[in-house]
Amino acid sequence: MTTGEGRTTDWETVIGLEVHCELKTATKLFCGCRNQFGDEPNTNVCPVCLGLPGSLPVVNAQAVELAIRVGLALRCDVRPSIFHRKNYFYPDMPKDYQVSQYDEPINVDGWLDLPNGTRIGIERAHMEEDTGKSTHVGGTGRIADATHSLVDYNRAGVPLVEIVSRPDLRSAEDAKAYVSELRAILVAIGASDGRMEEGSLRVDANVSLRPRGTEEYGTRCEIKNLNSLRSVARAIDYEVARQAAERHAGSRIVQETRHWNEGEGRTSSLRSKEEAYDYRYFPEPDLVPLAPSDAWVAAVRQTLPVLPAERRASLGATVGAEPASEMVVTAVDRGVDRLVLDAVGAGADGRIALNRAVNDLPADAFIELDTFVALVGLEAGGGLTPTQSKRVLEVAVARNGGDPAAIAAELGLEAMGDDMVAAALDELIAAHPEDFADYVSGNDKVAGKFVGLVMKSTGGKANGRVVTQLLRDRRAAGQGQGQDQALSP
Amino acid sequence: MTQPAGALGLAGEVRAGSRTARSVVEGCLSAIDAREQELHAFNVVLAEEALARADALDRLVAEGVDPGPLAGMPVALKDNLCTRGIATTCSSKMLQGWRPPYDATVVTRLAAAGAIAIGKTNLDEFAMGSSTENSAFGPTCNPRDPSRVPGGSSGGSAAAVGAGFALLGVGSDTGGSIRQPAALCGVVGAKPTYGAVSRYGLVAFASSLDQIGPLALNVADAAALLEVMGGHDPMDSTSLDRPSPRLSEQLEDGVQGLRVGVVKEFVELEGLAADVAGRVTAAAAALDKAGATVDQVSVPATVHGLSAYYLIAPAECSSNLARYDGVRYGYRHAGSRDITEMYGRTRANGFGPEVKRRIMLGTYALSAGYYDAYYGQAQRVRTLIVRDFEAAYERFDVLLGPTTPTVAFPLGAKTHDPLAMYLSDVYTIPSNLAGHPAVSVPFGTGQDDLPVGVQVLAPALGEPVMFRAAAVLEASL
Amino acid sequence: MTERLTRTDVAHVARLARLDLTEEEIGTFTGQLAAVLDHAADVAALDTAGVSPTSHALALSNVLRADVPRPSLDRHEVLAMAPEAEDGRFRVPRILGQAP
Ligand SMILES: [Mg+2]
Ligand SMILES: [Zn+2]
Repeated sequence: MTTGEGRTTDWETVIGLEVHCELKTATKLFCGCRNQFGDEPNTNVCPVCLGLPGSLPVVNAQAVELAIRVGLALRCDVRPSIFHRKNYFYPDMPKDYQVSQYDEPINVDGWLDLPNGTRIGIERAHMEEDTGKSTHVGGTGRIADATHSLVDYNRAGVPLVEIVSRPDLRSAEDAKAYVSELRAILVAIGASDGRMEEGSLRVDANVSLRPRGTEEYGTRCEIKNLNSLRSVARAIDYEVARQAAERHAGSRIVQETRHWNEGEGRTSSLRSKEEAYDYRYFPEPDLVPLAPSDAWVAAVRQTLPVLPAERRASLGATVGAEPASEMVVTAVDRGVDRLVLDAVGAGADGRIALNRAVNDLPADAFIELDTFVALVGLEAGGGLTPTQSKRVLEVAVARNGGDPAAIAAELGLEAMGDDMVAAALDELIAAHPEDFADYVSGNDKVAGKFVGLVMKSTGGKANGRVVTQLLRDRRAAGQGQGQDQALSP
Repeated sequence: MTQPAGALGLAGEVRAGSRTARSVVEGCLSAIDAREQELHAFNVVLAEEALARADALDRLVAEGVDPGPLAGMPVALKDNLCTRGIATTCSSKMLQGWRPPYDATVVTRLAAAGAIAIGKTNLDEFAMGSSTENSAFGPTCNPRDPSRVPGGSSGGSAAAVGAGFALLGVGSDTGGSIRQPAALCGVVGAKPTYGAVSRYGLVAFASSLDQIGPLALNVADAAALLEVMGGHDPMDSTSLDRPSPRLSEQLEDGVQGLRVGVVKEFVELEGLAADVAGRVTAAAAALDKAGATVDQVSVPATVHGLSAYYLIAPAECSSNLARYDGVRYGYRHAGSRDITEMYGRTRANGFGPEVKRRIMLGTYALSAGYYDAYYGQAQRVRTLIVRDFEAAYERFDVLLGPTTPTVAFPLGAKTHDPLAMYLSDVYTIPSNLAGHPAVSVPFGTGQDDLPVGVQVLAPALGEPVMFRAAAVLEASL
Repeated sequence: MTERLTRTDVAHVARLARLDLTEEEIGTFTGQLAAVLDHAADVAALDTAGVSPTSHALALSNVLRADVPRPSLDRHEVLAMAPEAEDGRFRVPRILGQAP
């Protein structure tokens, strides 16, 4: 479906997200079976998580603790709570009810700031159990034309926290940023492994439109099955366009659940029409209330790490970059912010340190602070070009350390003296007179070509910044003295 | 005070080596041979297993090992208690042939105390009923008069104990399912405090009301059986974190100075038969004579117990029985085109009428728009009942009343009138709603020489005083 | 307190409960459920303002277990219970819609 821009801009998009986060516990929520992705089907099951007659649930203390961590990280009130049963029939649910928190959830009323500063309200973050997994067999392997289905209960009973945002998001981009930020927090506090591709985080989006400038919420549709950041954005974009088109065509939006099909790039209504859902919630009589003591909550709070937003702020301030900039966000995401901060503390150049840490330090690689500081120092002092610096870093990591200067010498890497760079440049200017004239007359794009040619002729030993500066000098000379050019740095 | 025929005396002889467990089991098996065809107390008799286990216990005794307080005692297990590798059916077509991969906690504890499972007993399907006529496998008959019901839902266990098929019986009591059949069969039956006995492995009917309890020929045996089964179980979140009560030690302490309240609402209820009422009066007199102070007490909210119960229990049952859907175990209706059809047909064919009736009632009581008026309101009434009991227990140590309104009624008498059947539990239900213990003690006979049970009620964890009063009643006969 | 139960109500409840009842059963249950609900009218009519519900006779809270793995069941034993199994999993007829 395509929509002209004129059609969607009349509407404001209102999005609320429900994120199901599988908690990183050793065992399931109500039994001692392993909480383990990818095992052989139906090997992590017992009377409790299979819902065998006579079995009873007992709550996993660690799941509660992680749920409290989630609540505290999202600035929620942690409250006494009770579990309810949500009754509906579905083959991946062993008891044909889901144990979930309903009107008395453990965490309520918090917030999360997007990197761009927008504050998104968190309505609640409650505990519940996961369902098993169905595989559809026959036809195209999709539910609609399958001949039968096969069910694996390994996932049934895995602890979840369902984090429900307020409808404070206004675009697919915001939604994506929200999920990304939430994921970073959940990983940072040890609640989740963050693996969306394994279903560790699953997103449902409530999307509605309202005429711009109005306050009342429009009829919303709930989109299920958003299992990557990309599908969150794509599905919302699709749904916004669909709803706008419907409304322009004069149709009413029907409140319904829609399923996102990643392959087809569309949402569709798949709920069988005759089906009326009435969950008949009532307090789970097999469990007793959960009332985390103040002491417990305080102890959990003590162990919370610094959260990504704060880490981005301090890294940004330290290196002189926007906290929301891609480099800073990535540094915190990758967990290299501590290294950069420590390097700066030891006198290293912040920008260079950030650059190397984010772009050139392989994931999970370890490097001694001293080695890193020395490397950044060499590059900052012009002793190594950025290209050389990356190479030295690579070797240092592979060797688990070493003196960068010694490694550079061993590899025959050291930045060329400015005189030699100038000589190489002048030679190239002579060989390409028309290009140089073009540059002198104001075509800055040609500068890049000269930098590339110099790098090539010097085997990467020239410092790009030096080449650029020399070029500017030559142009100034070519244009005659006193003529000031406003060149971009 | 232990009668020679009782389990404790026999177990003592087995432990001492003066009687073999085999001979005890053989005694029960021959009683079963003689009358089981007529009474149908069991869904399965575990004759060979029981004899093998008896022999093993006898060898232990010969080696000088004490098999435990219930050494060699044949116990009849209600067939809603999970037994590893042994069919557990709940007397339902839905679970016919299902063999649990685990034992209920009480089954494990009984074995550890030396008891021998002699069979799985018949019950009203999924424990829903008061006559054991709602069994998919046919009714059980009352050993005192086989033309009459044994009560229910633990009718099989009560009949088995009453007929001498087993020395001990285990039942479950959600609204009177141990006490009512105990009364009708002339045996002792107790429902402990909610949380006193682990429910792990008891197939749930109404989780907030279900409790496992003992059936026995006498009070001392019932107390000993409860001691063995009780105590904290980490597998049940609603299990009380305390040791099993020590009942036997205090059993003979008497009732001197005990304050006994006869529940006014119970004895004034229209529908209480005169013969039963007479036995309650006699029981009050017996306690008085033994030194207790007896007075009447009003527990007003109990009159709403039956109504509240028939909203709460079906509501919980509608959810607890959702899992019988033909996917993972038990019965599945074959040949369905899709899963919705499979669910609908499996459940329609797998459940009997009473179970369906209660699932329907409970689903309705929980459904949108009715929750507050029915389920929510019933839970508030439950609070009122708890409060009124609390007030009564400020002035009284135990309460006294009938267990059932009448003696055992003829088979088929109430099967077409659910409400009339439900009224059989009018005196037992309030204790379940309050989570309090209560025991039914045989106290003579009424019409047609049929047994009458009187009920002693106690506050939460009041089992010691409750059993003391029960023992005095028993001894006064 | 509420209007009398109708056949339509009972049919709806049967669908919710996944019970394929016969027309005759729906008729019988309509009468019987109405009788029980009539009996419950005294409860429904009670003034319980300010009375909080008791969902449990217990005063327990925070019953928790340690996050320590326990042995799971043997898969053969698990699938042996299944009415139909295939490929290590429970086989069911085709499912008509996504989970709610
Ligand atoms: Mg949920
Ligand atoms: Zn499990």
